Amino acid sequence: MRSTRKRAAVALIAVAALGLAAACGTSKSSDNGGSSEPKLDNKALDSVVNASDQKGGTLKMGLGGAWGDSFDPGDTYYGYSWDLGRNYWRTLVMNKTAPGKQGLELVPDIATDLGKSSDGGKTWTYTIQSGLKFEDGTPFTSKDIAYAVSRTVDRAVLKQGPSYFADLLNWPASYKGPYKSPKNADISSAIETPDDTTIVFHLKQPFAEFDNLASLPATAPVPAAKDTGAKYTTHPVSTGPYMWKGNVDVATGGTLVRNPNWDASTDPNRKALPDQIDVKLGLQADDLDNQIISGDQDVDIAGTGVQPAALPKVLQSKELSARSDNPVIAREWYTQIIGTVKPLDNVDCRKAVIYAMSPTSYQNAYGGKFAGGEIATTVLPPAIPGYKDTDEYGLKANPNGQESKAKDALKKCGQPNGFSTTIGYRSSRDKEKKVAEAFQQSLGKVGIKINIKPMPDDTYTSELCGKPSYLVDNKVGLCVYGWGADWNTGYGYLAQIVDSRTINPEGGSPNFAIRVPEVDKLVDQLAVEPDAAKRAEISTQIDQLVMQNAYIYPGIYAKAVLLRGKDLTNVFLNDAFGYYDYTALGKKQ
Amino acid sequence: MVSYIIRRLLAAIGVVIVISMITFAIFYLIPKLAGATPESMAARYVGKSPNPGQLKAAAESLGFNDPVPVQYWHWLHGLVAGREVNNGTSIDHCPAPCLGYSFRTSQPVLPMIEKRFPVTLSLAVGAAIIWVLMGVTIGVISALKRGSAFDRFAMTLALAGVSLPIFWTGLVSLAFFSYNLGWTPPGASYTPLTENPLKWADALLLPWITLALLFSAQYARLTRAGMLETMGEDYIRTARAKGLPEKTVVLKHGLRSALTPILTIFGLDFGLLIGGAVLTETVFGLPGLGQLAIQSTKNNDLPPVLAVVLITAIFVALCNLVVDLLYAVIDPRVRTR
Repeated sequence: MRSTRKRAAVALIAVAALGLAAACGTSKSSDNGGSSEPKLDNKALDSVVNASDQKGGTLKMGLGGAWGDSFDPGDTYYGYSWDLGRNYWRTLVMNKTAPGKQGLELVPDIATDLGKSSDGGKTWTYTIQSGLKFEDGTPFTSKDIAYAVSRTVDRAVLKQGPSYFADLLNWPASYKGPYKSPKNADISSAIETPDDTTIVFHLKQPFAEFDNLASLPATAPVPAAKDTGAKYTTHPVSTGPYMWKGNVDVATGGTLVRNPNWDASTDPNRKALPDQIDVKLGLQADDLDNQIISGDQDVDIAGTGVQPAALPKVLQSKELSARSDNPVIAREWYTQIIGTVKPLDNVDCRKAVIYAMSPTSYQNAYGGKFAGGEIATTVLPPAIPGYKDTDEYGLKANPNGQESKAKDALKKCGQPNGFSTTIGYRSSRDKEKKVAEAFQQSLGKVGIKINIKPMPDDTYTSELCGKPSYLVDNKVGLCVYGWGADWNTGYGYLAQIVDSRTINPEGGSPNFAIRVPEVDKLVDQLAVEPDAAKRAEISTQIDQLVMQNAYIYPGIYAKAVLLRGKDLTNVFLNDAFGYYDYTALGKKQ
Repeated sequence: MVSYIIRRLLAAIGVVIVISMITFAIFYLIPKLAGATPESMAARYVGKSPNPGQLKAAAESLGFNDPVPVQYWHWLHGLVAGREVNNGTSIDHCPAPCLGYSFRTSQPVLPMIEKRFPVTLSLAVGAAIIWVLMGVTIGVISALKRGSAFDRFAMTLALAGVSLPIFWTGLVSLAFFSYNLGWTPPGASYTPLTENPLKWADALLLPWITLALLFSAQYARLTRAGMLETMGEDYIRTARAKGLPEKTVVLKHGLRSALTPILTIFGLDFGLLIGGAVLTETVFGLPGLGQLAIQSTKNNDLPPVLAVVLITAIFVALCNLVVDLLYAVIDPRVRTR
């Protein structure tokens, strides 16, 4: 009995201690206006926070986990890699280092001006500045850029980067890149370098947005003599204001130090404020948030926002929310409605799905409006030129779904009692699982029975949702998905996800569903239209056509809660990346 | 004794080969049974929206077009005799023991292991010293003071130590000691011992204690149970009756006997830790073998996973062998058998 009383006392003390701890925690963290809606600073979305030209200090950048792909400019496809990489590479042109939408503007970098097109947009010529040097002091020329672009053709060696140059330039039929083709192979049908400061690209088809391709890391010069193929990632030779000190490791990171052979007078785009940038990889994501909160790290390189564990703390603390931003990024989480799977071949059945689904449930599946995103009503997210705030199906006005309209649509499509179909999602993605469950719940209310099918991530696009025959054979009528642009224009965003000609019978296309001949024609127009304003109009038309044909349930425009390091200066979000501009950042001294 | 050691070593090699075959089969055969093609497997390692030509080239360069037994043979051959790999600009010779090249980063695996092994070894050795000292000491005192306040407190603490998951204790200890008090450096601050011993110890102190807390709890309970059993034996009573000092009775006769099962467990635990303390390394951002294993598994990157599995298997086998040999030192009955 004595022992029982003792245990009870101990338990009481433990409960009291926990309660006290919880109370202390609450009082410390809920200092952002009690139960009212959290107010994030958001100043870095369209202006420079802590503007400064003061040089010096060490910028500490961390990443939860290993580097996504490679540090080699010819072998990288991650947005954060393209953003950070501009510290050690320079490309023909680049996105302006400026806040918000200003960052979408392309400005010359190595080149003296933007590209000049001829031959109806099939030929693009760039003149480059003279006297520019690699980190070892060797001058680089247009030939080093041609070499850099040509090596991206060899996807057996450089597997991970985009294949735009390999696909669009008019390479000789037998050309396999500099590693496997003869040393002096004639590639003049694709790239010419008539002199050291001129480079000419020849395309198979006209392409109006070639300047966007010229801003890709693949145009960063690579010295052929120093190219080590697959090993080049360990020390890519710098052309930018910083260079890697020794080697950089995709698992642990490295240190960027000042490049003595970078000439600031040739580069008005980069301030190069810190003396050194420490890139630390392999951190635990929750710990990285804690380090940014405490000031031990300055930036989370991934730029995808704080983890769920730190989110309440950031939203509720005045100090933390005052250094937080909540951008809508150029990415949308959506669900494709597969028109080849019966009865979704009927547009009214597809519309029934859209009406029945609860937009709020979709939003909640991704973590709500701060960490998840805004309810989407279009294919294009707001950051892309051509986005128009339209709402074909009244999704914002009816956040819980529209049962009566859904039932009407079902009657029109000859399925008044509903039907049954399967939804696929990527099994490792908990948010996509929640979306699938939300579809099951919402659509169940109008008689549409949804079977949920988790699918492996790595074959999702290549063999499952991306393979037309699989979808039909397995009656998969819905596929949860998401998309971000390689560059933020209508073509950059839409071309791969709405053009029916990208659908490959063998699988692999991110377009699982959209087959609208008028859309294909508009994509062709988009590719060659030289006027940016007109391209935006065409993008709007494409968006509206896809929505009218009900091939996409738009889900949410992605958002993230980004936390700025305590001592950062010159911070702003560049809409070209959806991250803080990593070339502009400085450190308080 | 020598033939015994040789037999055990040969058995260990057999175990390692079987384990590597199983790992290989899990990686290749299961996707194949699910209908994967060389191109679809290569799709895991190429950028977004690859074209068919890219996939074909990647599948070829990764060797996925060869039958699985041939791929296994290439790996085994590399391990024993080395192999040559085309990295684009040159043909690299990967000397034996060649553990292959990462599918994702195209970098050789052996240097990765060489770089990460000291981190894991530092973590494992430091933590092991703490948990053995702490666990055994607490276990002995608890057994000798059975039912006392110390015993109850220590066993409650041990229960908590075993129950609390390391990702929780790790993150909480980092938040408290590093970010609130500033006593220890933040996560991912590892400095090699050869570079700066003080910083090395400073960065590892919290991971050592966190990891040791988990193990010392188990060891304290084990030691206590073993000691309670041993101290009730007839030969302990005899030792006391002979007038031996209590210290000798406890340490020489009691503890020595109670240590045998602990040594067995220690061999397994330590061997497994050398293969990577996955959670501890992940939470504290330590670039060791455990972190490599978890990152590579996430990325479907077989060669580094295979290398870590191989090292773990080797060390578990080796530690077991050492433990068996130590039995003879601790327990005279083994020697006489």
